[in-house]
Amino acid sequence: MNNTSATVPLNYLNHKTGLWSWLSSTDHKRIGLLYLYSITIFFCVAAVLGLLMRIEKFAPGPTIMTAQTYNGMFTIHGIIMIFIVVIPGLAAVFGNIFLPIMIGAKDVAFPKLNLFSWYIYITGACLGLYSQFANGHSPDTGWTFYVPYSAEASSNVVIALTAAFVLGFASILTGLNFIVTIHRLRAPGMTWFRMPLFPWSLYATAWIQLLATPIVGITLLMVIAERTLQIGFFDPTLGGDPVLYQHLFWIYSHPAVYVMILPAMGVVTEIFPTFSQKPVFGYVPIVFSSLAIALVGYFVWGHHMFTSGMSYESRWFFSFLTFLVAIPSAIKVFNWLSTMYGGSVDLKPPLLYAISFIFLFTIGGFTGLTLGSLATNIQVHNTDFVVAHFHYIIFGGMGFGFFAGIHYWYPKIYGRMYNFKWANIAWGFLFIGFNILYFPLFIIGIQGMPRRYFDYDPKFQTGQMISSVGAVILVIGLIGMISNLVYHVRRGAIAPANPWHGVTLEWQIPSPPPHENFDEVPVITHGPYVFDNPHTKND
Amino acid sequence: MKNHDNHISSYMLNWTVLLVLLMLTTISILAIKMHLGAYTVALALILASIKVTIVLTYFMHLKFENTMLRLMVGGVFLLFAIVIAITFTDYYFR
Amino acid sequence: MTTSEHIEHSEHIDSDTGKLGMWLFLFTELFLFGGLFIVYAVMRSKYAADFHHAALELNVLIGATNTVVLLVSSMTVAMSLTAIQQKQKNLAIGLIFITLILAGVFMVNKYFEWGHKISLHLYPGSEVMKTLPHGEIMFFGLYYMMTGLHALHVIIGGILLTIVMMRISSGKINQEHYLLQENGALYWHLVDLIWIFLFPLLYLIT
Repeated sequence: MNNTSATVPLNYLNHKTGLWSWLSSTDHKRIGLLYLYSITIFFCVAAVLGLLMRIEKFAPGPTIMTAQTYNGMFTIHGIIMIFIVVIPGLAAVFGNIFLPIMIGAKDVAFPKLNLFSWYIYITGACLGLYSQFANGHSPDTGWTFYVPYSAEASSNVVIALTAAFVLGFASILTGLNFIVTIHRLRAPGMTWFRMPLFPWSLYATAWIQLLATPIVGITLLMVIAERTLQIGFFDPTLGGDPVLYQHLFWIYSHPAVYVMILPAMGVVTEIFPTFSQKPVFGYVPIVFSSLAIALVGYFVWGHHMFTSGMSYESRWFFSFLTFLVAIPSAIKVFNWLSTMYGGSVDLKPPLLYAISFIFLFTIGGFTGLTLGSLATNIQVHNTDFVVAHFHYIIFGGMGFGFFAGIHYWYPKIYGRMYNFKWANIAWGFLFIGFNILYFPLFIIGIQGMPRRYFDYDPKFQTGQMISSVGAVILVIGLIGMISNLVYHVRRGAIAPANPWHGVTLEWQIPSPPPHENFDEVPVITHGPYVFDNPHTKND
Repeated sequence: MKNHDNHISSYMLNWTVLLVLLMLTTISILAIKMHLGAYTVALALILASIKVTIVLTYFMHLKFENTMLRLMVGGVFLLFAIVIAITFTDYYFR
Repeated sequence: MTTSEHIEHSEHIDSDTGKLGMWLFLFTELFLFGGLFIVYAVMRSKYAADFHHAALELNVLIGATNTVVLLVSSMTVAMSLTAIQQKQKNLAIGLIFITLILAGVFMVNKYFEWGHKISLHLYPGSEVMKTLPHGEIMFFGLYYMMTGLHALHVIIGGILLTIVMMRISSGKINQEHYLLQENGALYWHLVDLIWIFLFPLLYLIT
């Protein structure tokens, strides 16, 4: 990967070479990069599908595709983005690369299992792609696979369900590995409350992965049994209950939203102290808000079903819990802002992305409350408002969190630095394009534009057109950002070990890290965000 | 690497546990003959929970494990109970 | 947790780490069945009378036999662990062998039970099934899905214990290193644990 001249010390990238050394590596850093590359490829595929859908909606009526193609596209866009890109996303990439380093371990607890998880992930991802190209129609159920349609549709639903099942398994095993790693492999002196906050967020995430994913696994199996064996749990003509499917599906899929967003919160929680050169404000509240989000987030699934015919009691209960889960998220936002307050803020690209994360996540969060209150939900349910809210949380939150993370840790991962100016311009395109793309959807959503529709009333055309223009700007930004990062992997200036003057453990070792992370086992004597430590000041 | 300071449960203890479990099974089978009506499910579930607790404690050695693991196991069962309860906020009132 | 844990970086995984991993895996298994238990709870509350009628089709004797078989097998596998800790290698192998035989007995019982139901055309999608009341269709659907998934776990557990038995006889599992046996036993107990709930919920409905 790197030019291995005599001056470059051995590190995890160059200590072995050849494709097989990567595909058979149990090094957590290499596995993280395997995830990074596969996720990037799938992200680009699904982003292109998203762009095509946006172009289709530039004008009412058929523009570049048929209605059936459109149905297939939003389904595959959803399946790839949710199950293949966003759910593994941050945890599998940055969690793998940095969790062991940040807690002072040489690897995760079960390195072979870790590699095995990646192979399961790739198998699931390939199955997902196969469902698109196998004989017959590509799945057109939406990523939620709602019955009764998913039990009846003639498209390749079974393959897509199997893919989601397999991907869930990979997610479970990654979560299991992280929990054991955090429990068992912390360096001497690294007590629970000396652990940096990114590992904490991964810990909360891992529990959700572990305890929620099996429920969707069995649910998907039940839908498969429904289609192949006529078992009928969700089929009203046999006595089954379609709403039960929605319960089971969201028992997993709502916590899954926190699997996506919690690690992103963890990443920006690392970035704010570093770029303010100031300890994080309210370490303990952030820890407990992560755990609270994971716990309460497990009990709010019903807010996806307010209009599905649940009992009244159930609706107000879920609505109440939904408002409750907003509190820990708000605590985090206050803490991030307070961390920057009075610090020496250095507006480098990672911080730029982290600040835009707060901006977009807050918009997504507040519109989430609009959806979470019973009365307004009836108006905006199943409209483009939901699409906009969801993308503000997932793309604006998890996506920008991911971009922040990659710009933050890039010099550590590759030992090279990207071009700042290039990164800032790409950020501008991304941020502006993002808002032009998704903000109009809030407005036309309130006006009544339904989601997942191929065609629309001409009165929505202005909003749809603006949104489509935003999509093009966003894609230009994405191309700019990715090319900047890819280009400088080999050609960038050599990065020092600690370019941002960070204080967590990953900045105390060379860039790129050596194969076994630490030459000697680090001994931790203080909390993670101590900035006046002479040890970090001398470089 | 080594399995150290692990508790060794005696054969006697294992036999005793089995006997208790078999007794509880017999009780639960006999209980259906008592026609307790709506309480049958409750009784069956209580007996099953006792049996499960015994298996967890003795056969699965939870009694001799650290507190953290015991808390986790308890938490997992509690979480599942809450999920069922919340699901029934819908079905019970519908 | 204490602060003085060492970083182990060797081919072997230390015992506590391995066991914690296994326990976490068992949690996922519990929630996998948990999804089915939620369906069961909802359907039973909806169709209490139908569940009662349908359950009369099940043979309590076979169910009870299988319960006893699994309980005894749970004890033998727990004892095999005691045996290995006390360096009684042959006894440990023998006890696991008995466990495997009991697993076989369980599966044979299950085979006849399912076979009998299928010969009566009581299986999902059959013509007879479609004439039954809705609650009974749900009951048999759950019966097949739950016992089927459970039987799959019996088979996986059997394979795992076979490997354990071979490792004991080759000496790879011994008084010092028996993590795999512990984990195999834990898995086997889980199979038992699920059955403890399945038995009253499927067979003992009045």
